Amino acid sequence: MATIIKIRKGLNINLEGKAERSLSDFVSYESELHAVFPDDFPGFVPKVSVKPGDRVLAGTPLMYDKNRPEIKLTSPVSGTIEAVNRGEKRKLLSVFIKADKENKYQNFGKKDPGSMTPEEIKSLLAETGIFAFIRQRPYDIIANPQDTPRDIFVTGFCSAPLAPDFEIQLGATDKPDAFQTGLNVLAMLTSGKVYLGIHNTAKLPCLKEAKNVEIVTFEGPHPVGNVSVQINHIKPVNKGEIVWTMNASDVSFIGRLFLDENVILDRLVALTGSEVPKSDRAYYYTTAGVCLENMVKNCAEQSHKRLRYISGNVLTGTQIPSNGFLHAFDNQVTVIPEGDETHDFLGWIAPGFDKFSMNRSFPTFAIQALTKKAYKIDARIKGGPRAIIMSNEWDKVFPMDIHPEFLVRAILTKDIEKMEDLGIYEVAPEDFALCEFVDMSKMELQAIVRQGLNWLYKELS
Amino acid sequence: MQFLRKYLDKIKPNFEKGGKLHAFQSVFDGFETFLFVPNKTARTGVHIHDAIDSKRTMSMVVIALLPCLLFGMYNVGYQHYSAIGLTADFPTIFIYGLLAVLPVVAVSYIVGLGIEFTIAQWKGHEIQEGFLVSGMLIPLIVPIDTPLWMIALATAFAVVFAKEVFGGTGFNIWNVALVARAFLFFAYPSKMSGDSVFVRTSDTFGIGGGQVVDAFSGATPLGQIATATSDIQVTGILGNPLTYCDLFLGLIPGSIGETSKLCILLGALILLVTGIANWRTMLSVFAGGLFIAWVFNRIGTTPSMLVSPLEHVLLGGFAFGAVFMATDPVTSCRTQAGKYIFGFLVGVFAITVRVLNPGYPEGMMLAILFMNSFVPLIDYLVVERNISKRKKRIKVK
Repeated sequence: MATIIKIRKGLNINLEGKAERSLSDFVSYESELHAVFPDDFPGFVPKVSVKPGDRVLAGTPLMYDKNRPEIKLTSPVSGTIEAVNRGEKRKLLSVFIKADKENKYQNFGKKDPGSMTPEEIKSLLAETGIFAFIRQRPYDIIANPQDTPRDIFVTGFCSAPLAPDFEIQLGATDKPDAFQTGLNVLAMLTSGKVYLGIHNTAKLPCLKEAKNVEIVTFEGPHPVGNVSVQINHIKPVNKGEIVWTMNASDVSFIGRLFLDENVILDRLVALTGSEVPKSDRAYYYTTAGVCLENMVKNCAEQSHKRLRYISGNVLTGTQIPSNGFLHAFDNQVTVIPEGDETHDFLGWIAPGFDKFSMNRSFPTFAIQALTKKAYKIDARIKGGPRAIIMSNEWDKVFPMDIHPEFLVRAILTKDIEKMEDLGIYEVAPEDFALCEFVDMSKMELQAIVRQGLNWLYKELS
Repeated sequence: MQFLRKYLDKIKPNFEKGGKLHAFQSVFDGFETFLFVPNKTARTGVHIHDAIDSKRTMSMVVIALLPCLLFGMYNVGYQHYSAIGLTADFPTIFIYGLLAVLPVVAVSYIVGLGIEFTIAQWKGHEIQEGFLVSGMLIPLIVPIDTPLWMIALATAFAVVFAKEVFGGTGFNIWNVALVARAFLFFAYPSKMSGDSVFVRTSDTFGIGGGQVVDAFSGATPLGQIATATSDIQVTGILGNPLTYCDLFLGLIPGSIGETSKLCILLGALILLVTGIANWRTMLSVFAGGLFIAWVFNRIGTTPSMLVSPLEHVLLGGFAFGAVFMATDPVTSCRTQAGKYIFGFLVGVFAITVRVLNPGYPEGMMLAILFMNSFVPLIDYLVVERNISKRKKRIKVK
């Protein structure tokens, strides 16, 4: 058994509205409309291959990557293409699919991973659209099937605010060996090892006793579940190396493909957030890309405030309208107050008993130490944009051997050599989410890092 | 507060683009955000934000400075009434000090904020709160008898040439308040040092007039040490010997806010509990000062070398500088390791200047400004260590 890696830096934001945890009690949720958003897959340049009215099965390709045509995004459900939505300059925004009553799957045939070469596996994964769920470092983009990664890192838990418990999904909804089959397949794709990061409290046998992988146990506050943090503590990425990363819940997709011969992009989604009625805070069994309108409709009825709907968590999620869709990588839907009708009086001096802050000029730290009070936080930025002023704010929530401030400065000045020297290849925008949350100067760090990574990718490829 | 909000919403259109008062847009915005936390919501990135902003951060520092300011007012009155040999009750003493100090604070804020507001409007950005702190620091680090026009000139010089030319709060290289003091120190040395500027002997707005008693000497303890020819016992303005306790409590002549170590300690506690100032810097300044004072003490060939380490950190502006100026996040090191180095060297240089250069009785200002200039170098070395670690990793492979 591996040693426990303890992370000290970080911050658990104790938000109100956790989904009730229970292994058996989850609701099945369906909706007629589904959508696939190419923007969910960074590095993917979409070229659409269907038109409205076409019939598709679950697993039929909808679009492919212009630069690497073997990578495809496939439909999560069977049905009819409802619309192909484009934005400015005809940029492809999304493809809507109207689902059949009964889901029909495209059969990919019985395959035994043991008797396949890595190339055959990769092309099968690419053909079925599941390859798009594998990301790579550097750049945090969709992996390239031509590469053989140094290692593959799978994170077995999510530590973000109100994050769903992967164990519930893996334990309750999947065939017990789907996850393990996925890991076995991954192990064939790398020249090194597959590392599985699990939390110290993990109990589920398929995580704790996973085979064919090196298990590393972690403990500590968010962002301990971020795969970058785990890589940085296990075996950092160096210049010129490529590693692949995946979420445990997406590894099951691979397993299901080999066990069931189909593309089954079903997920267990946690509906969370302070504005979700208590009775609705639960896990829903549904499919990637599902329309969430009916799932969140009770929120607006209960609340009189303007609401913000988020596919994903409050730190890295995507804002969606109340009739929006579940985005590809998300296991969670969060609803919080928008907050723009709130005007806090004299915020610079008010004691702020109901405010959440890492800074000890607010009493949050004392309240959190004494009670387990959960906070209701709205979407306000709560301050004006400033230059970088405070110096060790970001460091406190950035548990990697990297100087985040100097890296961000290098990105802003587009200094390639400095970026490389300071560890740009090891980070993803999500790692800066907490920095962005605590930042007194209210800088948009995730956007800065994403632009930097995209720019670097363009310059160097 | 509904009526206030409604009133603001009503007059807001006047200040927006095309409104007749658009020239005061940044001033209006400054006051609006001062009264109410902005209600703008996140468009990209994280959906929730920490409640802290730069207004609250800067306000905490101002609050931490208040004990020093209030005590400084009292001390100005106390020194004055001691000098003229009158006993006065607490309110009289305090009111005298209040009337003497308030104009200095007012001039510093009016000049500084005036420039800040103008530049914010000119550049079209929000008013930056950095000057709230600088504007409070400047009155606290000057002698009480500094003419107001000098304060105005120094403040304007510091805000424009030490801050705004670099791009505003967050971009300056040197501590703004100390640049203002350095400007005064080198432009008008007779008003910034010597025996006659640290205790006000004349009346203030007609209050507290009187003749100075015979035993009076306005030299600060550091001034006495700098001019001494043999090991001396520092004294108060009436020749009474000063104990460690006197130096700690601070009823001694000196710049307005620097004398009471008790109040500085109180301010330090506020800054450390809130986490606004970095304990690494603060601790290292004291460590550096005590260390070098101990070294000099062992050499012990001049009167100022004989001053004990503890006395050194209790005297003059050392503690004030360590707590409020060296910890300025913008002008001190950005890296955690760098803060130790920066702080230690500030302490070392401050005492070194005091001991080795009799022309400068106090070295804290020069030490901090000097080390401010080396911040990029120190940070560079710290970051370079991280980089070389990363490069080594590639080689090992």
